[in-house]
Amino acid sequence: MSRIGGVFAALREQGRKALVPFVTAGDPHPDVTLPLMHAMVEAGADLIELGVPFSDPMADGPVIQRASERALAHHVSLHDVIDLVRRFRETDSTTPVVLMGYLNPIEAMGYEAFADAASAAGVDGVLTVDIPPEEGGDFVPAMKRHGIDPIFLLAPTSHRARIERITATASGFVYYVSLKGVTGAANLSLDSVRDKLAEIRACTDLPVGVGFGIKDAETAGAMARIADAVVVGSALVSRIEANAAQPDVAINEIRELLGTMRRAMDAA
Amino acid sequence: MSIDNVSELELSPPADTGLPDQRGHFGRFGGRFVSETLMAPLDELTRAYAAAVADPAFWEEMERDRRDYVGRPSPIYHAQRLSEEIGGAQILLKREDLNHTGAHKVNNTIGQALLAKRMGKTRIIAETGAGQHGVASATVAARLGLECVVYMGEVDVARQEANVYRMRLLGARVEAVSSGSKTLKDALNEAMRDWVTNVDNTFYIIGTVAGPHPYPAMVRDFQAVIGRESREQMLAMTGRLPDVLMACVGGGSNAIGLFHPFLDDADVRIIGVEAAGNGLDTGQHAAPLCAGRPGVLHGNRTYLMEDRDGQIIETHSVSAGLDYPGVGPEHAWLKDTGRAEYVAVTDSEALAAFHRLTRTEGIIPALETSHAIAQAIKLAPTMSPEQSILINLSGRGDKDMHTVAAQEGLKL
Repeated sequence: MSRIGGVFAALREQGRKALVPFVTAGDPHPDVTLPLMHAMVEAGADLIELGVPFSDPMADGPVIQRASERALAHHVSLHDVIDLVRRFRETDSTTPVVLMGYLNPIEAMGYEAFADAASAAGVDGVLTVDIPPEEGGDFVPAMKRHGIDPIFLLAPTSHRARIERITATASGFVYYVSLKGVTGAANLSLDSVRDKLAEIRACTDLPVGVGFGIKDAETAGAMARIADAVVVGSALVSRIEANAAQPDVAINEIRELLGTMRRAMDAA
Repeated sequence: MSIDNVSELELSPPADTGLPDQRGHFGRFGGRFVSETLMAPLDELTRAYAAAVADPAFWEEMERDRRDYVGRPSPIYHAQRLSEEIGGAQILLKREDLNHTGAHKVNNTIGQALLAKRMGKTRIIAETGAGQHGVASATVAARLGLECVVYMGEVDVARQEANVYRMRLLGARVEAVSSGSKTLKDALNEAMRDWVTNVDNTFYIIGTVAGPHPYPAMVRDFQAVIGRESREQMLAMTGRLPDVLMACVGGGSNAIGLFHPFLDDADVRIIGVEAAGNGLDTGQHAAPLCAGRPGVLHGNRTYLMEDRDGQIIETHSVSAGLDYPGVGPEHAWLKDTGRAEYVAVTDSEALAAFHRLTRTEGIIPALETSHAIAQAIKLAPTMSPEQSILINLSGRGDKDMHTVAAQEGLKL
C-alpha cells in the first residue's frame, strides 16, 4: 500500500480525519520550508501538500499567487522542490507529501524524468491543477508506473459522469474543491458540500479531501465531520506573508493554528 | 461580395482541415488544460456553440450585425504609392481598421456576445492588452445591455489610457491587474479567476484564438470572415488569389482569420509576423513561435516563452497587443506542419513601417499591424510587380498616438 493509502487506512481505523496543510515550497525563503514541514507534522499534520511555485497560478487567489512570487524571487524550481522532499525524507519516512501545482514546470522537465526523480525523492502524490483526466493520457500512466498517486480535483460543477471518470483515474485520494472560485475564497457552504460528498462517495471508495475556504478551527472541525481530509492553504500562507521577515514567528503561528484545527477535528 | 451569397459562405467551415478534433486538439497542440471547475462550463459552451452554428437564425443575426453595425464587408485597398516606392510586389490591405471600434476584434465579440445572449448570461468579462478587445467587448455589452468587466494589466492601463477611457464611457468596469508582469497574460489569469468564481451568470469573451477548447476554434470561425471576404474580393479585383498573405501574430486571431480560408490554396504563401521587440537575440521579445518551445498555459498546449524550469517569462513589445508569451494552438500546428511560416520584426522596424504607411498612404496603422507591414516591406522587393502581398490591416493606430509620440520624446 502507498504511503497515502496507509495513512488514510490508519486514520479510518482510529476514526480520525486527515489534516492536510498546504504551503508553497520556497516561501518566503527556501531555507524555511524544511523546518516548516517538520513543524507542521509535529502540530498534527497527516499529509503535506507542497506547492510548486508557478509564474501564472490561474486557479489560485491572491494569497497563494503572492507566495509563488516570493518563492520565484529565489528561483525555486521543480528540481529544488523535489530536493526539498528528499531532505524531508531523511528524517521523516512516514508523512506523505503531495506536490501541488501547474502542468508547465512538469512539461518542461518531462513526465518520465519528473516521475522518476520525484519518486526517488519520496514524493507520494501529484496534484496538477490544470490537467483534467481527458488530457492525462501520457501523464497518469507515467506517474502510476513510478508509484506516484495522481490526485485529481472534483468541483461543484462536476456532474455524475465526470465524477465517475475522475475517480476511476485517480488514486490516493480525491480533492473536492468546496466552492466555485479560487483558493482563499470565503463563501463556503457546508450543506452543499455535504450533498456533493454523498454523490462522490456513491462513485468511489477513495478518501475524499475538502479544501478551499477552510480558515480556522471552526471550519476545519465542521468539515472533519463530513470529509476524510481537511485541506488548509491560504490561511497558513497568509501567516507566512504577515511574517515574511521573521520566519520563526510564521512557523510558530502556523504550528498554533494547525494545533487548534487538529483539536477541533479530533473533537468533531 | 454580394450579400446574397454570404449565408451560404457562413455555413461552410472556413477550410477543410478537420481540426480541431472533438477535444480541441490541433495535432499535439490545443486541448483543454483547466481546473475541474471550468470543465463542465466549457462543455456547456461547446454545446451551445455547436447548436448556434447549426442554427441559420444565429448566422442571420450575425450577418445583420456585421453589415449594419460593424460595416462589413471591409474593403481591400491597393496601396499603390507604397508599392511603387518599395518596388516589387503589389501591396494590398484588407481594411479591418475600418470596422466599428477600429480593429478586427469586433468580429469576434459580436459573435461571442450573441452566444452569451442565447445562453442567458447577463454578465460579460474580457481580458485586454492593447485595449482593442476590451473596447470591442464593452461595445457589444453596451449594445446588448450586459454588465461588462474588463481585466487589463497595470502596465497596459498606463500605455493605453485612451482605450481605458473608451471602455469606461461604454459602461464597462476596467480592473487594473497588478500581479505578475502586469500585462496581457496576467489580465487573462485574472479573467479566468473571475470566471471560475462567477461561472453561473458570466460569459468570458476571450479575445484571441487561444485558451481552452472551444475558444481557439470558435474565435477562428468568427474571424474567418476576414479571409472569406478577402478570397472573394481578390478574385473579383484581380482574377486570382494573392501570392502572399501577411498578418501580425500576438495571440493570432487576425492572422488565423485571414489565413484559414486559404489553407487549402497551396500556391498562397502564408506568413505570420511576431514581435521581435528589442531583437530575438536580446531575449526581450514576444515571439514564441520563432524563439519559444511547446508548453501549457492558459488552457492550451502551444509554443510559449518560458525559462528552462517552465516558468513563463516576461515579454517585450512596443505594441501591447503582441505582448503575450503564448500563441494560438492552430498557429503552433501550422508552424509544425510547415503550412505557414513565422518570422519576427523588431520594435524599430515596426515603428519605421508605421511612419511609412502613414506618410505614403494616409493610413495610420496600429503598432501591432505595423509589424506585418514591416515584413511586407522587406519581402516585396524580392518579388515581381505582377505578384501581390495581401496584408491584414488589422487595426488603426489612433490608440497608439501616445506610444509613438513617446518614442520621439514627445508627450501629448
